[in-house]
Amino acid sequence: MTIIIFLIPIALFLGGLGLAAFLWSLRSGQYEDLDGAAERVLLDDDLPPGA
Amino acid sequence: MTLAAIDIGATGRSAVGDTRAPDPSPFVRRKGAASTLELAVFGAKCAGCIARIEKGVAAIDGVSSARLNLSTGKLAIAWSGGAVDPRAIVGKITELGYRAAPFDPTSVAAQRDHEGRDLLRALAVAGFAAANVMLLSISVWAGRGGESGAEMGAATRDFLHFVSAAIAIPAAAYAGRPFFRSALASLKAGRANMDVPISLAVVLALSFSLYETLKGGEHAYFDAAVMLLFFLLIGRFLDHRLRAAARSAARDLLALQAPLASRLAANGVVKSIAARDIRPGDVLLLSPGDRAPVNGDVIEGASSVDLSIISGESAPAKLKPGDRIDAGALNLSQRLVMRTTAGVDDSLIADLARLIEAGEQTKSRYVRLADKAASLYVPVVHSLALMTFGVWHFALDAGLRVSLMNAIAVLIITCPCALGLAAPVVQVVASGRLFRSGVLVKSGDALERLAQATRVVFDKTGTLTHARLEISNRDEIPAAALIGAASLARASRHPMSQAIADAAGEGTLAAEIAETDGAGIEGVVDGRRARLGRADWCGVDIVAAIDDGRSATWFRREGDAPVRFVFDDRIRADAAKTVAALKTRNLPVTILSGDLEAPAARIAEAVGGVDWRARLTPRRKVEALEAMAAGGARVAMIGDGLNDAPSLAAAHVSMSPGTAAGASQAAADFIYLGDGLAPIVETFDVARKTRRLMLENFAFAALYNLFAAPLAAFGFVTPLIAALAMSGSSVIVTLNALRLAKSAPRA
Repeated sequence: MTIIIFLIPIALFLGGLGLAAFLWSLRSGQYEDLDGAAERVLLDDDLPPGA
Repeated sequence: MTLAAIDIGATGRSAVGDTRAPDPSPFVRRKGAASTLELAVFGAKCAGCIARIEKGVAAIDGVSSARLNLSTGKLAIAWSGGAVDPRAIVGKITELGYRAAPFDPTSVAAQRDHEGRDLLRALAVAGFAAANVMLLSISVWAGRGGESGAEMGAATRDFLHFVSAAIAIPAAAYAGRPFFRSALASLKAGRANMDVPISLAVVLALSFSLYETLKGGEHAYFDAAVMLLFFLLIGRFLDHRLRAAARSAARDLLALQAPLASRLAANGVVKSIAARDIRPGDVLLLSPGDRAPVNGDVIEGASSVDLSIISGESAPAKLKPGDRIDAGALNLSQRLVMRTTAGVDDSLIADLARLIEAGEQTKSRYVRLADKAASLYVPVVHSLALMTFGVWHFALDAGLRVSLMNAIAVLIITCPCALGLAAPVVQVVASGRLFRSGVLVKSGDALERLAQATRVVFDKTGTLTHARLEISNRDEIPAAALIGAASLARASRHPMSQAIADAAGEGTLAAEIAETDGAGIEGVVDGRRARLGRADWCGVDIVAAIDDGRSATWFRREGDAPVRFVFDDRIRADAAKTVAALKTRNLPVTILSGDLEAPAARIAEAVGGVDWRARLTPRRKVEALEAMAAGGARVAMIGDGLNDAPSLAAAHVSMSPGTAAGASQAAADFIYLGDGLAPIVETFDVARKTRRLMLENFAFAALYNLFAAPLAAFGFVTPLIAALAMSGSSVIVTLNALRLAKSAPRA
């Protein structure tokens, strides 16, 4: 059962990673404009003209 | 109200393409060299709009960034130095085909929703902890063999308990803060709300489990404590989001209503100022299309003004120098100069705002179903837990540890997972369904209140009818006369002119347009002089003119016979059907109108013969509603005008069409979009169903406790059973709520 000494920290770390990612996305304002984000994906002004 | 109603106020050619942009300069925020401005943009709906607006504004010299938030409709613009004229930005957006309004960010007190973010963070932490602790707890439960053959050794079990404690205790300390804070506040006030048993259960469960873990005991409730928080936070977050959406909609509207005024200084310079800075004695310029922000006297110019906000009357009034002009009057035809006699606080708008506020206070006295349930639940659960402890400890002499464990089991298992989700989940599902049908639910308890309504009161203009006038004798009007009249009418803002212009569609403008205020418009149509306006002014014999009390105007071109245009409020196509549908649902309908008797009676007749009252001021409307409420009726008010706003706020529950005045939308509980009235009936149906489902959920939660609480009190509840019972009841309540989403759109 010594394997759980590795497995539990790994599970916690991965879960913690998900939590941190969520808190980061919350703080960086990614939920401020959900409608806008859905539409902005259609804008292709990063392409060179004529592409 | 006969021929006198025929004054077509006209504006000169210059006003035809009037895109005079409001000057947002007073709302620019400066920080060092950097300036920022927030504008509310209307009409942006898609990616193309974002690109056009952002690129268009960013192309203005000096603008460093422009970003449009599509969800809130706010455009944030930044530039450095004073190089950019804010008016140019508004002008640019108008040019692109959107409407932009200055937005006063100071009146939006807390722009960012801190509470919602705290809840979301707590929810994320609780979810993380619940998942990980459950992972460990399931191992413990699975490893528990019978009396002898346990598959998991005590050392491993204790280790897993310690890890659980290390996750659950910090997580609960963080995620439980909303509950602990509220529980403390309520205890300080000498009351006990729902959060007291929740906090007690979480704190007791955690400390008891920690004690057990240290002693190497078999049972620990770490998973139950964090799962409880997780489920309750879901309910809390949904509830908060519903209310926050309502509040921010109202706040935005108030911020938008921070209007601007043009002040004329002694040296003749016109300066744009925020309406709140208006002082008595200021000289203000009112262009056509402006509303008088405060009371005052006209000192220069003569014009027609629309007083419908103040009186509800659709026929415009004429003002000349020396006349009094009331706040809220909309200038229709010519430029006016007024001297203010009052500040904004004494204005009609402020008066309406106070009436709205008073109405909202009475509304906030409504006790929500969930709160009623909580007030029943709290004392029962507390005494049950205390009784369990007392009986086990003193009567059965079971020792402190077992007595405490059973008391905690009672607190946890009766803890209102199902109760906490019962109301918010149903409301969220109902709001989602109504949203798809074009109805916005603005406050959390609006559906509950609507389900209780016993009477419906309609406003007439703009609600049962289209807000605009319509030509009612179109069949009698020769096509050439309509085209000719429209070429004159396009130059005017008068409601009748607009009806003619609408009927004719796009077209040209007559040449040499000149207007005589209070009489009509004159111009050259196809090489011949023509007049549109009052009968005598158009050279129509008064005796020949039919005086049947209807709103009418005349058009006469040199050499042709005069043509009479008759106007009516256009009743909405499904108004009669809607009123009938409401009647079959035991909801009697009344019309309260600010308009004159004749049009009110006509509409009341057209929708199937309902009670009506006319010539009501905003205050009289509120009094009429109060009289109905005193008679025991719970009134649902449906209206759109600014003059309806106080009654919308004072009614038990209220609805407004999406075309309504800003203040009315702010005061209403529901906003329905689209041209028809059908959403009203659907909203009533959904509200009644919502109430039924909520009651079902509460009944289920009570039934569940009826079984679960005795089990816990008798000591049969292990952590495994507690976890199953808690999640099971929450799932059942949620599934019950989802039935609302699946049912057919309308019976």
